Amino acid sequence: MKLPLQKSPQPPFTKGGLRCSPIRLGLDRPPFAQGGEGRFRLVEMVDTYFQSHYIPNTPQEQAEMLAALGLTSIDELFQDIPAQFRNPSLDLPPPMSELEIQQELGRMAARNRPLGSGPSFLGAGSYHHFIPAIVKALMTRGEFITAYTPYQPEASQGTLQVIYEFQTLISNLYGMEVANAGMYDGATSLAEGVLMACRVTRRSQAVVSDTVSPAYLNVIRTYCQPQGIEIVGARHWDPQVTGQTACLVVQYPNFYGYIEDMPAMAAAAHGQGALLVLSADPTAMALFQSPGHYGADIVTGEGQPLGIPTSFGGPYLGLFTAKQEYIRQMPSRLVGRTVDRLGRTGYVLTLQTREQHIRRERATSNICTNEALFALAATIYLAALGKQGLRQVAELCYHKAHYAASRIAQLPGYSLPFQRGDFFQEFVVQCPAPPAEINRRLLERNILGGLDLSGPPYRPLLPPAVDRGMLLCVTEMNSRADIDALVEGLGRVA
Amino acid sequence: MSPQDRKYTKEHEWVQLEDAASRRALVGITHYAQDQLGDIVFFDLPKPGAALKQLQKMGEVESVKAVSDLFSPVTGQVVETNPELAAHPELANQDPFGAGWLLRVQIASAAELDKLMSAQEYDAFVGGLK
Amino acid sequence: MAIKGGNRNTAKLLMERSVPGRMGSVLPGLDVPPHPLPAAALLRDDLPLPEVSEPEVVQYFTGLSQLNYSIDTHFYPLGSCTMKYNPKINDEVSFLPGFAGIHPLQPAEVSQGALELLYRLQEFLREITGMAGTSLATLAGAHGELAGVLMMRAYHQARGDTARRKMAIPDSAHGTNPASAAMAGFEVVTLRSDASGNVDLNALHELAGPDLAGVMITLPSTLGLFDTQIVEVCRVVHQAGGLVYGDGANMNALVGRAKLGHLGFDVVHLNLHKTFSTPHGGGGPGAGPVCCGETLLPYLAAPVVVQDSDGTYRLTAPEHSIGKVSGFHGNFGVLVRAYTYIRTLGEAGIRAISGNAVLNANYILEKLKDIYHLPYDRRCMHEVVFSADWHKARGVSGLEIAKRLLDYGFYAPTMYFPLIVPEALMIEPTESETRETLDAFIQALRDIDREIADNPEQVRQAPHTTPVTRLDEARAARQPDLRWRP
Repeated sequence: MKLPLQKSPQPPFTKGGLRCSPIRLGLDRPPFAQGGEGRFRLVEMVDTYFQSHYIPNTPQEQAEMLAALGLTSIDELFQDIPAQFRNPSLDLPPPMSELEIQQELGRMAARNRPLGSGPSFLGAGSYHHFIPAIVKALMTRGEFITAYTPYQPEASQGTLQVIYEFQTLISNLYGMEVANAGMYDGATSLAEGVLMACRVTRRSQAVVSDTVSPAYLNVIRTYCQPQGIEIVGARHWDPQVTGQTACLVVQYPNFYGYIEDMPAMAAAAHGQGALLVLSADPTAMALFQSPGHYGADIVTGEGQPLGIPTSFGGPYLGLFTAKQEYIRQMPSRLVGRTVDRLGRTGYVLTLQTREQHIRRERATSNICTNEALFALAATIYLAALGKQGLRQVAELCYHKAHYAASRIAQLPGYSLPFQRGDFFQEFVVQCPAPPAEINRRLLERNILGGLDLSGPPYRPLLPPAVDRGMLLCVTEMNSRADIDALVEGLGRVA
Repeated sequence: MSPQDRKYTKEHEWVQLEDAASRRALVGITHYAQDQLGDIVFFDLPKPGAALKQLQKMGEVESVKAVSDLFSPVTGQVVETNPELAAHPELANQDPFGAGWLLRVQIASAAELDKLMSAQEYDAFVGGLK
Repeated sequence: MAIKGGNRNTAKLLMERSVPGRMGSVLPGLDVPPHPLPAAALLRDDLPLPEVSEPEVVQYFTGLSQLNYSIDTHFYPLGSCTMKYNPKINDEVSFLPGFAGIHPLQPAEVSQGALELLYRLQEFLREITGMAGTSLATLAGAHGELAGVLMMRAYHQARGDTARRKMAIPDSAHGTNPASAAMAGFEVVTLRSDASGNVDLNALHELAGPDLAGVMITLPSTLGLFDTQIVEVCRVVHQAGGLVYGDGANMNALVGRAKLGHLGFDVVHLNLHKTFSTPHGGGGPGAGPVCCGETLLPYLAAPVVVQDSDGTYRLTAPEHSIGKVSGFHGNFGVLVRAYTYIRTLGEAGIRAISGNAVLNANYILEKLKDIYHLPYDRRCMHEVVFSADWHKARGVSGLEIAKRLLDYGFYAPTMYFPLIVPEALMIEPTESETRETLDAFIQALRDIDREIADNPEQVRQAPHTTPVTRLDEARAARQPDLRWRP
């Protein structure tokens, strides 16, 4: 496949500037493949003279350092690579200055519609919430963003203490005993929760409610099938948990925004010696009973609503909590508080024998790098919003979503098929026309509608009467005017 | 010098017969083992009633940055685990041949002990590892 | 004594700072009629979160940041992690509202810029690795490994070749390799390295049978060495019906110098947070795109971006995809940064990365090999692995040398890895450090060597200048204290 990119004209030679013309030798690809003396000299020139603002070594310094090694060209450092494979050409577009980059990426970004550019009602696992300015200001500090995994605790107390704070706040939010330092995202976190439940119970079957996100179910299958774990679908009102079941998997609120009968779920799981494994929306936890209250054993979640941009699906943050007794089966990093030689409080990575770098093929997971920067973002967000603020966000979402739902229900042709259920910020609407068509018409009015549930994988999971379902999400980002515009737009389609 | 009153495995466990008549014995890890492991932080031991087979894996021991398998020196059944050890795994560092014992075991056959090393043999074995 | 961060004391945790009534953010009022809340039994009445004001939040986290070493503040020669400079323009563009503010499920017609970027990045990475296709859905290196070995499994199963249960992994490999293979249901077998640090071909021949699913090779190896027999390794595995996985953690040595696809690899992952300069973030987010050859293309993780004949882009799932491995389409914000980096450098710039990275590593090797033991006396690639066993014999361990480096203002090298080198010190300088920094680092290691002779206790007790000294890790593991409690 050929890249659909135009090569820009040759950049001018600027001494001491960003780069100079000899780079063109590499891009024009003269006789590299033909071998012989000529090839060697060209490579040498490319190596010697290419200069980037990211690479400090000047040609003079390179020559001196090579001389210290008894060499005259950088290519000699690569003699272990068989000659016929060495220095292949790379068909990449020519380099760009930072100014050109800003312009090109600005143009690409402008071809996407940001949620903030008009009323938007799409959720389904990625949520548009307010993010205080301090979240970005603090998380992009070089001391945080350019550090790595805190393997040397003496030189990483900042990152370690942040993770300890994160573990504290996430445990509190879910009402659970322990939280880890985070996973990749909500989907992988839930899949790892299922694997952990199988290790804890030594059983190999997971019962998954039909109201769990189909995308999450897909990831659970990807993770579990190779290990011979059976995934059984269950109607949420009657989960068939048996003595072979390792866990019952429930989403809270469920994928469609509604609150399940949690005590019944817990009883169904625990009655058979199975664990209750949840994926719970963190914002909803400021309003609804915590999973810990219901006796959940492993509670995971998508941390994106906690101060992380929607960013086309990532990077996000997996939340992962459990009962203390299962701690040695937990995946991913844990930070613990301890003391130094002088008795001062400090923080370290701990219980590392669970992890891949020590236990290798017997580790609880292969996870290494997780999403530490976004655990930081979530911690800053929870600190800034705090006890009052997060509750306020949750209540704003709740009231606005219910206002939207009640207005839509009054529109001719629209109905709320799950009217009797309690919902948080998302709800299902049965539409008078195909949802895709409605969404197209809304977008013409610069309104981003909800998720179309009329096709696979959603349609088979919903009651037969819900054949034109749309999943709408309303958060604190939607003003009354936004909601009224949505209602008006929907009314015009009907 | 390892104590004379017990037998040793090449995997650095010991077994000491408490009472020949009832075939009760204590099982632990050696001084050499705890020294190699460093600070021991956790034991994963078989529960009372569990069946053990000689030289088969019976559990794990963890230090801060290592995990090692534990092998049973004898065939038999676990009577109890050291009640102090869960809260104080460091006992196995401080007193591996005494207060840091791991299991009390009902031995199936005392004859099995003959397959294990004496203290002199074990010390010579460990000397060869260094 | 409390830990200080700048002038702001960071000792108190958020919950300890909490004062009822303080708030760190103000939200708009309710502009719709309120709706009755659900039954009280469904609602929680406690929410144990802190109450702190905005200045306190800013001061606390700024103070905490100052307790860290980082690339922007310290040389960070952490081997196998490629701690290179993270360009600020990459961060800036990733925060553009047209990237950071878009929803993963919004229609393709209003996401063409994002999809085009993903499509081009797929092509860039395919080109750099010499492969046939790319999936960007994997969220870290280990996640890419899992997807890659699942693809190998799917390939064998599709051919009815279900007896291939074994995955051979060199003894020098990173722990994620065996852990990923185990998660994919394989039995891990260890592949010996030979005396020069290459895969032991005799050992490979013994394992290359009808039960071998494949091998996982890191190139250059974690010893920082290019396996001079790699083409033969791939040939032997293929002849036995197996596949070759490439762990791209060390691609900073090879970009523009060799394409793994040309050498015989079937599938590789790349660590964008290593080779392609995206920030490590204190331990993520990363991104671990998977590139593969023709045979494995149908199995790539979903979704991938394709371009239709009318020039528009859309997401799709490959025909026999292993399925979804993450909630959406990958770590987009990280992918934007990597795209920007490749676009900034172009072909010659990409080649200059590996040239200077390898030059810098060999410069350190050359200047220290007289006093630090070099267990494999060869030219290295982008990182050099010394053994501190000479120093251990003098009574000071590799760990203590590493800790002493912190006092000199350098982050520590990777220690005790790879496992086949006793007292390993793995140093990776990257291309983005100045010679002055390299010289200062070399001098520090020479000074520490002298200290071991003159004042060994100074080294053994290190570090002395960091916010805390050596921490009691045994206590942390014996009595886990993993969260603040009232």
